[in-house]
Amino acid sequence: MKKENIKFIQGNEACVEGALYAGLDFFAGYPITPSTEIAELLSHRLPQKGGKFIQMEDEIASMGAIIGASLTGSKVMTATSGPGFSLMQEALGYAIMAEIPCVIVNVQRGGPSTGIPTHVSQGDVNQARWGTHGDHAIVTITASNHQDVFETTVHAFNISETYRTPVILLYDEVVGHMRERLVIPNKGELPLVERLRTSVKEGVDYHPYLPREDGRLPMSDFGSVHRYNVTGLFHDMWGFPSDNPKIVHGLLRHLVDKIQNNVNQIARYKEFYLKDAEIILISYGSSARSANHVVFSRRPRGEKLGHLELQTLWPFPYDLVREKCAKATYVVVVEMNMGQIMEEVRKAVDQPEKVFLANRIDGVFITPTDIRNILRLIQGKGV
Amino acid sequence: MAKPKLKAHLINPEWCKGCGICVHFCPKNVLELSDSDKVLPARPTDCICCKLCELRCPDLAIEIETEQDEQ
Amino acid sequence: MAIKDYIRERFFPHIWCPGCGHGTVMNSLLRALDSLGMSKNEIVMVSGIGCSSRISGYVDFHTLHTIHGRALAFATGVKLSLPELNLIVPMGDGDALAIGGNHFIHAARRNIDLTAIVMNNRIYGMTGGQYSPLSGYGTLATTAPYTNIDQSFDTVKLATAAGATFVARSTTYHVQQLAKILKQAILHEGFSVVEVLTQCPTYFGRKNREGNAVDMMESYNKNTTPIGSKAKKENPDLIERGIFIQKEMPEYCSEYDKIIEKAMAKYSNS
Repeated sequence: MKKENIKFIQGNEACVEGALYAGLDFFAGYPITPSTEIAELLSHRLPQKGGKFIQMEDEIASMGAIIGASLTGSKVMTATSGPGFSLMQEALGYAIMAEIPCVIVNVQRGGPSTGIPTHVSQGDVNQARWGTHGDHAIVTITASNHQDVFETTVHAFNISETYRTPVILLYDEVVGHMRERLVIPNKGELPLVERLRTSVKEGVDYHPYLPREDGRLPMSDFGSVHRYNVTGLFHDMWGFPSDNPKIVHGLLRHLVDKIQNNVNQIARYKEFYLKDAEIILISYGSSARSANHVVFSRRPRGEKLGHLELQTLWPFPYDLVREKCAKATYVVVVEMNMGQIMEEVRKAVDQPEKVFLANRIDGVFITPTDIRNILRLIQGKGV
Repeated sequence: MAKPKLKAHLINPEWCKGCGICVHFCPKNVLELSDSDKVLPARPTDCICCKLCELRCPDLAIEIETEQDEQ
Repeated sequence: MAIKDYIRERFFPHIWCPGCGHGTVMNSLLRALDSLGMSKNEIVMVSGIGCSSRISGYVDFHTLHTIHGRALAFATGVKLSLPELNLIVPMGDGDALAIGGNHFIHAARRNIDLTAIVMNNRIYGMTGGQYSPLSGYGTLATTAPYTNIDQSFDTVKLATAAGATFVARSTTYHVQQLAKILKQAILHEGFSVVEVLTQCPTYFGRKNREGNAVDMMESYNKNTTPIGSKAKKENPDLIERGIFIQKEMPEYCSEYDKIIEKAMAKYSNS
């Protein structure tokens, strides 16, 4: 492994490295703590490889610009935090409806509203799922360490291209700003999914919204030989607006099913000591670092703790969670919000009364001690 | 350039919505609206092929075909 | 008709009301494009939401029907990522200057090579006739039943102040001037703004007793005048038509190409 491949950098930079590795061509964004470094680094790195960077006038325009650029064939990304993420929701819905590949990074900070810009939280989990209006599906991925930030960023671009969907990378301020070692893989080590373009020839009818047999939808770049329409209205397979009930029903089912039916292919997770665990911690993002610490420090003392680290939050892997937690006495969800993933875990397991929350919501990073104290309370052992 | 000679008023009654713009602004009063509110060339021989009706029509429903168009 | 080549005929007759000025704008625009002889594959039309913005469904180009007010942001992404494309951005007065006002200002400021066509009918037509920022003091609308107390502003002055390098105005009466102006706007390498006074007889016209489409177009003739004319000096209330600004300034995408050159040179030297 070359020395140049080893870096000691912030998580935001690890995300940038992952995006560039995946083939990012175009970034449009707006500065907001704690994601600004992503924009700054890309303003520097993208033109070095002939890519394009633009700082737009706001987050709404940033989403518009990346969607436009994606339609010319570029791999695109934007990055923001809570308040910007709120602004992006309408355009995010547009990208979902028009099936346009793009990656949106939200480095979470304390909210709601202006909140606490320089402190961590994991409060945007449900917003990532339901922030935009209407029934829809969305893919949301997170990571707890820089190697995984890199890999999940590459994974996000791959998912985005495979399913023609926006993907949200939901990191948080601790992972975004802390410094850690990253090893950048060599070219070819991680598989990349490239833009699938149609093989339909010029003059032959091209349907931008007609899935192939394998479910994928070949695209055609703006500027090439097929002229079609892209709209946020319900549309037929040529992209033209329709309010025909059959078409509306079919399209909505397609938009949701293409994600929900592929939960297993999209899901990523890590498991530690789950086989004989009596208490299973479920965590994600930077909280998972503390959860891991608890499990790894207590196991040698004979405590049967286990950890399920989720990397895919949406679509939520209900079956996976049910299966992994079947034999546990307690399931404790560790997160820095008021139980957003805990609610999903409760829905997943056969005995919701065995699911508890170990959380912290004051802008301070949740520590192993915090988790241990809550575990003791849950087990009736006092503090 | 020679004065354009009228060949025909090509009118698409399916597209015409009877707004009356072409009728009103025709400098030679060539056009009228029929009983079903579609434009028709009432006095085609008066047409000077200025094509203002064709340029202004919001529905692309009227076209002035001239002898020169054929060349 | 040569311009029939540029439309998606299967969707005609279109949804616009009888006498709607937007149809005339589309007519003039297609003639302008025809005179330029561009390939249809080079043209991308990006529109917002509203009656004006429905134009994109009717034309045979790469068409992008976006969300209310944000057409210029989407268009910026298309253009910057593939500058060889020709971008045309038709919007309504509300779409461009109310909800889209911020994006209008910044697209002009960047001088990015887009052609913005503000189809100004002084009303929100699609939603049934509410007032827009350009309706004007004293007019009536469904949300201004006791008359509108909002002042309007001047699109040309706004575009000029924001930095647009081609700014023009015409009307649906003056179709020959309109086609010429649109052609020049499209050819111009930089941010072009063409404001077109276009009639909404169904809502604005009816509510404000301006008559039918014909009456409204007659008033465009009566109440406008060429820039700097004698009539304007005698009657300052007349609205000027023509090209107000036409200048050469660095265009955004070519400036960014220079940035790429700089970045690549620095990178290869390090």
